[in-house]
Formats: sequence, C-alpha cells, structure tokens
Amino acid sequence: MNFQLFLQNLANGISLGSLYALIAIGYTMVYGILRFINFAHGEIIMLATYFVYFGILIFSMPWWLAFIFSIILTSLLGMGIEKVAYKPLRDSPRISILISAIGVSFLIQNLSLVIFGGRPKAFCQPSIFTKMVTFGNVKITSITFITPIIAGILLYFVTYLVNNTKTGMAMRATAKDFDTAKLMGIDIDKIISLTFTLGSALAAVGGIMWGLRYPQIHPFIGTMPGLKCFIAAVVGGIGNIPGAVLGGFMLGIMEIMLVAFLPGLTGYRDAFAFVLLIIILLVRPTGILGEKIAEKV
Amino acid sequence: MLKVKDLNIRYGGIHAVRGISFEVSEGEIVAMIGANGAGKSSTLRAICGLVKPEKGSSINFLGKDLTSAETNQIVRQGITMVPEGRRVFPDLTVRENLILGSYFRKDPQGIKEDMDWVYEIFPRLKERREQLAGTLSGGEQQMLALGRALMSRPKLLMMDEPSLGLAPILVKEIFEILKDIHKQGVTMLLIEQNARMALQLAHYGYVLETGSIILEGTGEELAISEMVKKAYLGE
Repeated sequence: MNFQLFLQNLANGISLGSLYALIAIGYTMVYGILRFINFAHGEIIMLATYFVYFGILIFSMPWWLAFIFSIILTSLLGMGIEKVAYKPLRDSPRISILISAIGVSFLIQNLSLVIFGGRPKAFCQPSIFTKMVTFGNVKITSITFITPIIAGILLYFVTYLVNNTKTGMAMRATAKDFDTAKLMGIDIDKIISLTFTLGSALAAVGGIMWGLRYPQIHPFIGTMPGLKCFIAAVVGGIGNIPGAVLGGFMLGIMEIMLVAFLPGLTGYRDAFAFVLLIIILLVRPTGILGEKIAEKV
Repeated sequence: MLKVKDLNIRYGGIHAVRGISFEVSEGEIVAMIGANGAGKSSTLRAICGLVKPEKGSSINFLGKDLTSAETNQIVRQGITMVPEGRRVFPDLTVRENLILGSYFRKDPQGIKEDMDWVYEIFPRLKERREQLAGTLSGGEQQMLALGRALMSRPKLLMMDEPSLGLAPILVKEIFEILKDIHKQGVTMLLIEQNARMALQLAHYGYVLETGSIILEGTGEELAISEMVKKAYLGE
C-alpha cells in the first residue's frame, strides 16, 4: 500500500471514528448519570434516519430542514423514552432499568418493522455530500471530511457544556450523588431529562451522517452502530466523555485500517469491534480513561 | 421558624421516627442528640424532603407547609443541610462545589460576596480552590461542605454529625466556626453524637431514643441532667 492510499484510509477512519464518537457520547453520558446502558440508543439512530426520510417524502422538506426536523424529533423521543420507560424505575434495582431498555429497543425495532416495512429505503443524497474532493493527491467524498468537522464542533460544544457551565456542573454532581445534588437545589429530573435529550440529539446527527454514508435504511440499521458505539464507550472508559471520543476514533480508524491492510479479513469487520471489547475487558476493565477507582470519602 | 408536628417515618417495616414534634425558633441553635439509629438523621432528611414522612406528619417552615415538597423546592425556601459524611462532589473542584451551593440563586453579585465570605471563614478553601474536592483531607472536606451550604445563604442550616470522623482539635475548630456563623444570623439545627460539644453550643436541645423525644430543655439543663450525663456524656 502506498502513502496516498494510507492517507485516504486514514481520512476515512477519522470520519467513521468521529461518527462513532458522537453516538458513543450518548451511551457514556447516560451511564454516567444513571449507571445503565441505554440499549435503545441504536434505535434512536435508526429512527433519526426515518424521520429524515419521511420529512422529505411526506412534508416535501428540503434536505436541510428534514435534518433539523429529525434532530428535534429524535431529541424529544429520547426525552420521552426516559420519562416513560426509565424514570418510573429510578429507585428499582439497576437490572430492571436495563431490561426496560432492552424492551424499548425491541419494541421500537419491531414497531418500525410493522409501520415502515422491512424493505430498505433510499436515504437522501444531497450532492453537497457526495462530491469528490481532492486534497493533494488524496481523493475523498465530501461527507468524509464534513463528518469530522460537524462532529468536532458538537464534541467541543458538549465538552464545554459539561465542563464550563453551571448546567454541566449540575450534571456532574447528579452523576455522583442524587441526594446531595438535590440538596443543592438541583432538579435532578430535569438534568436527567436533559442528558437524554442531548444524547439523542447527538445520536440523531450520527444517524443522519450514517445514512449519508450508507444510504440504505431499514429498521435494523441502528443495531450495529449502536453496539459498536457502546463498545467504543466501554473501550474508552464508560462514564467518561473524552473516553467515548477516544474509543470512537480508535474503533473507527482501526476498523478501516483492518480492512485496508488485511483485505482478506473484510468479512470480519464487525467482529473486530467485539474482539477489541473482549481484549479491553480482560486487560483494562475500566477502559482506557476509565473512572478512578480510589476515592476519598 | 420551623415547626415539626407528629413526624412519623417508616422504612418498610421499621418505624424509625415515632411521632415527634419540635420547634426551632429564629436565631437559635437547636441540637438533637441521641445514639446511632435514634432517628436523628431521618428527621433531618424528612425536613429537606429526601425522605417522605407518613401521612399526618407536618413540617412547617416560615408559615409554609413543606411536608410533601420536593427537595429542590425546600432548598429554595432557605433550608439547607450539610449531609452526614460531608458528601462533597469529589471530582469537582472546591470552587465548583461552592458554586453548586448557590445553584438556584440568580444574584451574581450576592453569590460573589458570599463566595468571598466563605473564603474569609475558611482561608484554606481559598488556597485550594482549584483542587479537586476528593483530594482534600477530612477536615477540609467538612469545611467545604459547610461552605457549600452557606453559599445558598440559608435561613436555617441543618448539620448532620459535623464532628463525625474528625480529630478532636478539628471538631473544636468546626464548632468555633459554627458559633461565628450563628452570630452572623444563621439559625441552626444540628444533630450530634458528640453530646458535650453540641450542648455547649446549643440554646435548646432534644434527646432522641428509638424514634421518640425522651427529654428536652435548654443546652445547660440537658448538660446537667442525670440521664444525659449517664447515657451521653459518660459521667
């Protein structure tokens, strides 16, 4: 493989990685606050792509408006799922809420299958995202470099929100200790709701970009990216936002490079993520940037 | 200021607080003493809404009924609690912990003044303001928890075992500071196992045993009562 090809694959890996990072943040933020894996996150991604599809098909929206429509609808949906399926279980054992999440995931998947049908639909392909762009002698489609730019802006925004605003402080406080957060006058229901809304909005953006990359949508497209981003979050250290970003990029770049360097293993592309998960769980169960364990009380 | 009437708290089958009634008047320091499991913590937790009391209980603060209010609303009324074991947010900095104490306030000027006030009371916190709270010593964490509570500019400050796990010299220091804070107009309700310190400080006290008030009186009265001497002062 020559250097030019390597750069091309690297660009592709960074692009896929930034997409994973966006989605992984949703897992890690929810885990950080409620200590469970929101298995319905993948279905949120899937629905975001359908919202775009129907926005264009039924309401004849221009693509950009359909994107915004989808992001808003998906955020509200994420918030709604929390209210209906997770909030009533907040004082139950953690396993109940986890099972509830799996239930929501199956429900949405199968409901979508009934309503949308199983036949794949074509996702919109605005020409602005499909143009070929040349940097030096590296040729890539524009979505490949637009994805990391948008992801970068959003990641910066989320990190800023969490680290530098009062709301972010309240989020970190709630993640640590519900009761004491309440004693500060924090309305933890609002904070948790906001976390789901934010995570779902990022997942919607991730889903839309996924659709632009792989423009065929069906009710099960959320499963694989959902699982992979969950793995990315675990690899980076679940509960840790920079960790989710790191895990996302690692997974994306390694996946693309695996296919590029060892074309014989292309069929194992999805399995690779799980191998990585197993290795991390064996070597460093808390993930690369996992939570510090020793803490003074 | 605070009137608690017929407070009953149950956890499953355990009747932790059995119909106690008491009052805290403005400007007072009231202490509640008693052994582990007497129901002191539950009482404080009920006042700030972290535990829901049984029907028929009544908690009234400045004329408002707070019996079934949410914690974040109660805090906005001017009641704050320093929880047992301090519970500072370990991975937030000292400054961030203090800011959270003023979370619901909308007066940046007043918040800034109170921050300076807290730093004045606890110069050590000022030195360490950018340090993570989890890296502070136990005494410093207690100071931070207290400072954080003051940042809400409370009318009533409740403290759950402020002396727990602290060296005697630090306990003395904390109680001196409490005295100062009280002089600046903060009413206090504190619960303590360290009865001697608590009764020295308090204007009025209640003795709790297995969920009931078995004795009450001024701090001095309680300190010289035979029963308290025997059971809590080890004399």
